[in-house]
Formats: sequence, structure tokens, C-alpha cells
Amino acid sequence: MKIGVFVCHCGSNIEGTVDTAAVAAAAREFPGVAFATDTMYTCSEPGQEEIVNAIKEHQLDGVVVASCTPRMHEQTFRRTVERAGLNRYLFEMANIREHVSWIGKDREANTNKATDLVRMAASKLLHNRPLLSKQFDINKRVLIIGGGVAGIQAALDCAEGGLEVVLVEKTTTIGGKMAKLDKTFPTVDCSCCILGPRMVDVAQHPNITLYAYSEIEEVSGYVGNFDVKVKKKATYVDWDKCTGCGICMTKCPSKKATDYFNEGIGKTTAINIPFPQAIPKKAKIDADFCMKLQKGKCGICAKVCPSGCIDFTQQDEFVTEKVGAIVAATGFDLFDWTVYGEYGGGRYPDVITSLQYERMLSASGPTGGHIKRPSDGKEPKNVVFIQCVGSRDKSVGRPYCTGFCCMYTAKQAILTKDHLPESQTYVFYMDIRATGKNYDEFTRRAMEEYNAKYIRGRVSMIYPKGDSLLVRGADTLMGTQVEVDADLVVLAVGAEAAAGAAGLAEKLRISYDSYGFYMEGHPKLKPVETNTAGVYLAGSCQGPKDIPSSVAQGSAAASKVLGLFSKDKLASDPQVSVVDIKRCIGCGKCMKTCPFGAIKEIDFRGMKKAEVIETVCQGCGICTSTCPQGAAQLQHFTDNQILSEVNALCQF
Amino acid sequence: MSVSLTYAYYPGCSSTGTSIEYDMSSRAICAALDITLTDVPNWSCCGSTPAHTVDHTLSSALSARNLCQVASMGLTAAVTPCPSCLSNLKTAQHRMKNDSFREKVSKLLDKPADITVETKSVLQILVEDYGIEKIKAKVKKPLTGLTVAAYYGCIMNRPAEIMNFDDREHPMAMDNIMTALGATVVPFPLKVECCGASFGIPRKDVVMRLSGKLLDTAKEMGAMALVTACPLCQMNLDMRQEQINSANGSKHHMPIFYFTQLMGLAFGLTEKELGIDKLCVNPRTVIDALGMEGNSKEKSQ
Amino acid sequence: MNVINLTSSCNSDFVRQVEEESGQQLSLCYQCGKCTAGCPYTTEYDIPVSQIMRLTQAGQKELVLKSKSLWLCATCESCTARCPNKIDVARIMDVLRHMARREGYGGVKTVKTFWDSFLHSVQKNGRVFEVGLLANYISHTGRFWTDMGLGPKVLPKGKIHFKPSAMQGKEEVSKIFRRYTEESSK
Ligand SMILES: Cc1cc2nc3c(=O)[nH]c(=O)nc-3n(C[C@H](O)[C@H](O)[C@H](O)COP(=O)(O)OP(=O)(O)OC[C@H]3O[C@@H](n4cnc5c(N)ncnc54)[C@H](O)[C@@H]3O)c2cc1C
Ligand code: SF4
Ligand code: SF4
Ligand code: SF4
Ligand code: SF4
Repeated sequence: MKIGVFVCHCGSNIEGTVDTAAVAAAAREFPGVAFATDTMYTCSEPGQEEIVNAIKEHQLDGVVVASCTPRMHEQTFRRTVERAGLNRYLFEMANIREHVSWIGKDREANTNKATDLVRMAASKLLHNRPLLSKQFDINKRVLIIGGGVAGIQAALDCAEGGLEVVLVEKTTTIGGKMAKLDKTFPTVDCSCCILGPRMVDVAQHPNITLYAYSEIEEVSGYVGNFDVKVKKKATYVDWDKCTGCGICMTKCPSKKATDYFNEGIGKTTAINIPFPQAIPKKAKIDADFCMKLQKGKCGICAKVCPSGCIDFTQQDEFVTEKVGAIVAATGFDLFDWTVYGEYGGGRYPDVITSLQYERMLSASGPTGGHIKRPSDGKEPKNVVFIQCVGSRDKSVGRPYCTGFCCMYTAKQAILTKDHLPESQTYVFYMDIRATGKNYDEFTRRAMEEYNAKYIRGRVSMIYPKGDSLLVRGADTLMGTQVEVDADLVVLAVGAEAAAGAAGLAEKLRISYDSYGFYMEGHPKLKPVETNTAGVYLAGSCQGPKDIPSSVAQGSAAASKVLGLFSKDKLASDPQVSVVDIKRCIGCGKCMKTCPFGAIKEIDFRGMKKAEVIETVCQGCGICTSTCPQGAAQLQHFTDNQILSEVNALCQF
Repeated sequence: MSVSLTYAYYPGCSSTGTSIEYDMSSRAICAALDITLTDVPNWSCCGSTPAHTVDHTLSSALSARNLCQVASMGLTAAVTPCPSCLSNLKTAQHRMKNDSFREKVSKLLDKPADITVETKSVLQILVEDYGIEKIKAKVKKPLTGLTVAAYYGCIMNRPAEIMNFDDREHPMAMDNIMTALGATVVPFPLKVECCGASFGIPRKDVVMRLSGKLLDTAKEMGAMALVTACPLCQMNLDMRQEQINSANGSKHHMPIFYFTQLMGLAFGLTEKELGIDKLCVNPRTVIDALGMEGNSKEKSQ
Repeated sequence: MNVINLTSSCNSDFVRQVEEESGQQLSLCYQCGKCTAGCPYTTEYDIPVSQIMRLTQAGQKELVLKSKSLWLCATCESCTARCPNKIDVARIMDVLRHMARREGYGGVKTVKTFWDSFLHSVQKNGRVFEVGLLANYISHTGRFWTDMGLGPKVLPKGKIHFKPSAMQGKEEVSKIFRRYTEESSK
């Protein structure tokens, strides 16, 4: 084999602390190396041309590039060598930037370490073999998990693009948080008026199958061919027959059920449709509050339902859907602010969350759009908003900024003045984060035109005083402690990952950060991809986002899916495990350890043997280390290839 | 089958003087509950606030001497009625987990500092080791009709990492005991607000303001009396109540009990052994309203 | 108002020393003001506690150590309990007080004298002897005891003793003080 070695300066990133010319000179002495040089930017167009030319000129049949992390440019250089006619697996990369130049300052030591890494790569390359991928069919259907505004956007874009869409939503209606909002910043247009029609589109689109009140039970398979088991949770109402007339709700005697849609402001009936514009508009029984299901008495809804759709014996149901791609759009939930004992920890009824306030402002909400104190139903005069509750607070394990609460607080201050012209609003803030288009102007308007009094400082304590609340905070700009008599306190509670986000991530085999938000493929360049092929992200499940950004991501994820499905077949990754049938003794250990179920048992002339299903194997390599015979070998990472690297390193 | 509880008892300086009734009533109720308190021999002052304002090593050494005394008794757990003492003991223990700090402290002592002793407050052992249910079972004369607010003071529960007891913003230990005794407990939003602490002498005006606010709020919430667990709080609210009234133009006449005194009354102990007569704001009318006075007299011989 | 030149007036040794003695990282403070918002003594302070934090971050040693606030902090732990960055602010106040003492800042005379008298009493008697403490305090501040009015009320309760308690081992306590003085003069 004739190997060419290219040692990259990466501007001064590598050259600053590594003598690349010396590394190239040393490489010329390694077995098999026929050519070695150092280059300024190997990934640039001239850099790549240099490789192509060298391959031709020196009849190279293998290439090593010593530069940055393979996560950055392995694909780039594989394509380069392919252009020059080599198999893409006759290429190796040595990471001398992240693993050398960025982490050490000693030029001599760095140069030695870089030389070692190049020696390892060249020595592995001597054992590399050309690998070819196979083509396989794909199922051009897409699963979207979560029917918030991000999921809705992704679903509609995919459906419009001609794909069949399966949309799975955990609650009984799609719409997510946006359906609960009154108006939206920075234009103050009615949330339901802009979202409602899109929800209807979802219901009516011939390409969209909607499973509401459903969750993902199990996901198997791989990009292009996923099998998804969906759990349709029991609603005790036959949705095929339910017309959404709502007669059951008017007659149900159990009227103290928790009103989840209204964030606990007010109560609802055990059987209910969460709001008039719900999609699907179907009733569901809350088993915890249903007298029939709890005590066996009642059953009134069954008697009054004109369509006869009440079924107290209904059970959870499972359906399996075959799809080729998955978009996670599970959004966020609000942080449990009751850990703040100093804000009453939930003991004071007139301390409410921002989302509860949205329900109160909404004309279709439990108070009919009237701002009323939960304690006594009176109109408040002084309304105090506290920002950054459960955000930017290390002491409660939430150091990040939620990003949109500054904006919605300004919106709520404006709406308060609209609803109650006599009212006075106060906003305790630490910094105002209003970086979107027309956003800062919007927060200024709250102050300049709506006379919201902004106070820079956190609040230390809220406690009842007479029938109002005393809010004690600081005004750090004045340098004093301040007190405000409040009739109502609204907490701008921060966002956290949706309940159950981590469990779903494990089913989807995608990673999540320590707060449960899903990890994108690359923080800048792959914002809606994940590191699992065929799984994409949209909206707040990746990190808190406002509506415009969530919608943009929904569309971005849809375009990724449409791009993926623009081909009829996908190429499989040949870096999978292969069982050498001669060595295999049929012990079955690999089958037990494979986390993807990619190894099946076959009969070979009456003997039991293992065989890898190429399309299912993810190349994790667990079987290779399990097999007592060394029969299972991961292609491109065989024992021989790895040992040659070890030997290259340990020769002295 | 209940194992009897035994603790080394560290009364703290104020127990010998201004809070003598706290000491008396703590001992009396523990005796009534079969909790054995053995006095720490030759205990000394923990240094209180003044010591830690001067130096942390000095402050910890003053506490550490007492912890050594406890260890020499062969007991593993020490209890004190006073939250300020407890805070000093616990802070010293916490800081002495750091080896180099412990060495610095040991240099000031006759023998190396001990860090094995467990320290708790009387309130803490009653709710955590003895148990509310058992307390309830001991009640002979329920405090029905008594409406109290429970005031914990600022350092009983803070900082949570060191004190490791109850909720730091909304403690319930005394509230629960009072409810078990049959009293009505009003919600008291200033449970952990500072009363003015040891500024009574150098900055009396501060105490007038802060303690005055506590009394105003307790009254507003409908309390007939305040119940406390801290000698300094009790002194500021009780002994200085008249000064507070004249400074703020208020007219409070609010008895300030130690929680141990009210427990004793409910257990049927005599007023004398609970030091009820040591209180400055006369609690007569409040106690008489409970209709238990006759009984207690019978018992006191 | 003075203009503070941030480059020339920042005493970074002071910053480092506060961090070392308190075990706290000053840069964690993002000036939210929650400590000031909860501090019951803000009304008495010349500089609110969050600004003490700010000035300390900025290395303004002189301004910090001469502040009266240091002497009026009651270590009520409200700031420490609620700081969103888990800074032990009360401990920093304590450490600043230690420094102010070492550097000879007088602070609030009544408070300092009271604390000194208290410790003097402990050093001498092993436990606090209240009457002795008061006598000492009055003689050092030259202030008439404003609590005279309490006398008739408290005396009959048998709470005030005119002799220090006879404690064995009080010399052990005075030894602690002696060794402390020796160690700190090293
Ligand atoms: C009080 C308040 C006011 C706001 N005001 C504005 C505003 O005025 N303007 C603005 O731009 N933004 C506003 N926002 C932000 C806005 O709510 C979000 O940008 C938006 O909701 C994000 O959409 P999403 O689809 O990513 O997530 P979500 O709205 O959270 O939707 C996620 C959906 O996924 C479902 N789901 C979750 N887990 C699963 C699962 N495991 N399986 C199936 N389904 C699942 C949920 O039930 C939900 O329907 C506000 C937020 C709050 C809290
Ligand atoms: S059976 Fe249940 S859901 Fe139906 S009306 Fe009765 S309580 Fe309501
Ligand atoms: S967006 Fe504003 S209120 Fe929300 S966490 Fe960030 S800074 Fe705080
Ligand atoms: S509470 Fe903490 S972060 Fe906020 S100003 Fe005070 S010390 Fe700084
Ligand atoms: S510990 Fe001191 S600075 Fe902190 S809140 Fe209490 S009095 Fe104020």
C-alpha cells in the first residue's frame, strides 16, 4: 500500500503549538508512507485539490489527514478521496487539534504526540479494506411526536410535501401551550385565531393521521424503516362515534375535576372536552373523578349521550405504525415553582403562574377574560410580575434563561392595562432579554405607553398583609429594598423539558442534556438533526423557544425529512458487525448483548450460527467484545485494525 | 419496646439567666416524656454571635470545647434548647470537616477537636426522635381555645445545609406540636424573619422595629399569644414588649411562651416547674381562659 | 459622587483574600439584589448588602471595610438562604468584619463594644455574666443604660445574677482566648 499523509496547520490552530512540518517529515519514515506534506487548510478547496493531485501523481492507495476532529471533516475528506477514485474507507483521520494543539502548550511534546497519532492512523490504514454500502428501501411516512405549534407546523409542511404523516399527541387535543395563550407578542394578535385554523388543517388534511391522547410505547428499526408502537390511552368514549356535542359535560354531576387545560384555574367536569376549538373535538372521562369508574354509581353521560359512545370498559389500545423518519416536538413544561417557600410555595391563592394568567386573560377561559383574584374574585388594582422564577437560578438547579418570559411578561403587563385601565403593573426583572425583531420596542412600549413600572431586582419574599400581598424586593438601581402592595402576583415561571422527555429520548435513542432538553446534532450547523439518523427535532423540546422560532424549526425539520425522502433508496453504513461463520460456535452470547436485536440465529448445515442483520446493526461493537471466539468483527474497527494502532503506539 | 432516649444536655448561657424558664420547662417536659437529659459537665459559652464576628477559628474552638466535653461523657448526641448555640455548634462541626481548619481549631484547645457528636435542638428531638403522635398521646389538658402563632426565628432552619431541619422558609415543627396539644395555630408569614437578635443593647431601635413588626403581624393574624423556641427572640418580644409599645405607639399585650411551657401545661405539669411566672408579659388571662389553672395548682406541692 | 477608576483602584489582593477566607467565589454574584431584598437590616445599613458584594467584587477595599453595614449585620442568614447562586453572603459579611477589625476600622462603636464586652465576659468567666457584661459595656461606651426601665420588671423574676456562675474549667476557656491571641499575632 502507498499512503499519503497530509498534516494540517488549521491556520494557527494547530501550527501554533505543533511543528507540522516535523510531523510530516517523521511520517515519511513510517511503513507504507510514500508521500507526506503539511498544508495550511487541508479542508479548503486548494487543500482538497492537493490530496486529489497527490493521489494521482504518486499512485497513492490510502490517505491520512492529521487535522481536526472527525466529527467535523471525516465526511469531507472521504468524499475527496472518492473523487480521486479511492474507496472512502481507505482514509484515516488523526485528530491533532482537539486532542493535541488545543489542550497542550508544549510544542515539542505536542509534536511528538501528533507524530504518534499519525503513526497509529497510518498503521491502521495498512489493514483497512474497501467497504461498500448497500441500498435499501425506505418507507416514506413520517411520525411527529407532540402536537404543539412546532409539531403542527412540521406535520402540515410534510403533508403538503406529499408525505403521509402520523401525529401523536399526549393530551386529548393538539395546540400545546400556544392554544392556552390569550394574545401573542410582539404583535398582540389572538393566539387561538392564528393557531385555530392550522389545527383544523391538521384535522382535515388527508395525509395526516392523528392519534390524540396517545403516547409512544416502543420504537425499533432504523432510518427509513422504523416500527413504532403507539399506545392509545383509554378515554372511555368511543371517538369514532363521539361528535363533540358536549351534552355529557352539561349533565355530568362530578364537577370538581382538575381542569388541566385551564391550568387549575377553576374546575371542570369528569367528562370533558378541554376547550371549544379542541382538535380532535372529542370527550374524555377523567377516571380519577368519574363516579361510575370510582364507585360504580352514576353513568349519566352514557344515558344522555345521543351517539351512545360512552364505554366504561374501554382499555388502552396499541397500534403499530411503520415510518421512515421521526420528528420529536414534545415542547416544554413549566418549572414547579412551589419550591420557592419565600414566594409562599403555593399557599397563597393570589400568587399564580404566567400560564394561569394567560387562561384568565383569555375570553374563552374560565373567567371569561376577566382578571379576577382567585381568592375572592375581586378585580386587582396592583398587579406585580416577577421574572426569572425558576430560571437563571442555580440554587434550584435551573441556571439557564428561558428566553421568552421577559417578552410574555411585557405582553401581560400591556394586556393588564387593556383589561383594567385603572390598574398599575410592576415588573421585577434582572435583565430584559428581548432580542427578536421588534421585541425591544415591545418591552419599551410596555413601559412608555402602558406605564408598567419596571424594577430591577429580585424579590425575596411575598406574604399576606390584610387582604393583599406584600412583595418585598430590591431596586438595585436605586440601591434599596422596596415593597409593593400587590393584589395579584404573577410569576414568570421558567420552562423545563416536558414531563417524560428523558424516557422518550431513550426510546428514540437520542441524547438529552442534564435538564432533559434534546441534543441537536451540532449546536450551529445541525440545529434540527440528532445524532441518530432519521430522527429530527422541532421546537422547545430542544431548549425553550418562542413561537416564531418553534415554527421555524418545525419547517426546518420538515424540510430535512422531505430531503431524506427525496431519494427512493438509502445507502446503508457498511461499518457494521460481520460474523465469521467459520469461527462462530453458536454460543448465542452476541444475540443476548446486542441492544438493537440485530443478530439472529441461523442454521448452517445443521449447526447453529449467528448472523448480523446489516440494516439493523448500529455498529456499536458490543458483540465484538462479547464474542469469545473473535468471530464477530466490526468492519473498519476489526481487532487487527485496532491492534495495529496499539502496536504502532507501543513499539518503544 | 420503646428505647429510652438519652442525650447530653447543653443548656447555654441564657438558660442560667434570662431564659431560665426555657431551661426549666425543657427539663420538665423531657422528664415527663422519659427523655433523659444529662448535663454536659462544665460546659462553657459557645461564643454566640460576638465570637464569629471576630474570627471563625476562635468561634469554632469555643464550640469545639463543648463538643469535646460531650464526647468525654461517652454520649453520641447532644441537645440544646437554644438555636443560637445550636447554630454555633453545627457551624463549627461543618467547618471542622475541613482538616486544615480542624487543625487550626485544635491548636487553641487542650485536646484535639471531636467531630463525631450529633447535635440537635430540643425541638428537633421532640419531633424527629420522639414523635408528634406520642406527644399527642401524652396530652392531659388540651389547649383548646388557645390561638397561637409559632415563631421560629432566623437561624433555627438556616442555612439549610448546616441546620438540616424542617423547611427553611416555612417550618412546621412547632405548628404541629401546638396542633397536637389542641391549640389553634394561625398561619404566620414571618416565621423566619429576624427579631433584631442581639442588638437589644447596642441598637435598641432596630429591635423595636423588627420585633414590633412581628407582634403587629401576629395580632393581625388573630393570635392570642406567640410561641417561640429561641431565648433571644423570646427576650426581645417579651421583656421588651413594653419598650416596643412605647417606641411604636402600639398597645400589645401578647404573652410570649416557650413552646416547652405550653407542652408542659398540656401535659398537666405545674406552672411553677414550667417557670410561667418568669414571663414578663403576664399570661394569666390567656391561661385562665383555658380553664386549667385550678388543676395545675392542685398538682403543685 | 466620586469617579472610581476601576483599573487603578481595584485591590485584587483584597478580592482574593475575601474569597480565600470565606470560601466563596465572588464572581458568582450577578447583582440580582435578592439578598438586599430580604435583609431585615437594610434600613440601618449605609451600604446595602448586594452593593457590599459589588464593591467587594470591584476590589474597593476601603469603601467596604469602612462601611457601617458590616457591624449591623445580625447573621440572620436570610441572604445566604435565598441567594440564587448559593453564595454564603452572611459568611462574607463575617469575613469582611474580621478584616475590618484587623485593619483597625472602628465600625459602629456601640455594637463593637458590646461584642467585645461579651467576649471579655466569656474569657473571664467561661460563660457570659450578664451584669458584668453590661457594666463593662456602659463603662466603655459612656452611655447611660437605656434599659434601666427594665430593672423593676426583670429583677424580681430571679433571672439576673449579680455573681458570675461558678464554673469549673473556666481557665480552659481563657486559655482558648490566650492561644488565639498568640496564634493570630504569629
Ligand atoms: C405564559 C406564556 C406565554 C407565552 N406567550 C408567548 C407569546 O406571546 N409569543 C410567543 O412567541 N411565545 C409565547 N410563549 C412561548 C410558547 O408557548 C412556545 O414558544 C410554544 O408553545 C412552543 O411550542 P412547542 O410546540 O415547541 O411546545 P408545546 O407548546 O409545549 O407543545 C408540545 C406538545 O407536545 C405534547 N407532548 C409532550 N410530550 C409528549 C409525548 N411524550 N408524547 C406525545 N406528545 C407529547 C404536549 O402535550 C404539547 O401538546 C409563551 C409561553 C408561556 C409559558
Ligand atoms: S359517569 Fe362519570 S363522566 Fe359520566 S356523568 Fe357520571 S361522573 Fe360524569
Ligand atoms: S427570558 Fe427574561 S424572565 Fe425569562 S429567564 Fe430569561 S431573563 Fe429571566
Ligand atoms: S442574592 Fe446572591 S447573587 Fe443576588 S445580589 Fe445577593 S449575593 Fe449577589
Ligand atoms: S445575614 Fe446580615 S446581610 Fe444577610 S440578610 Fe441577615 S443581616 Fe442582612
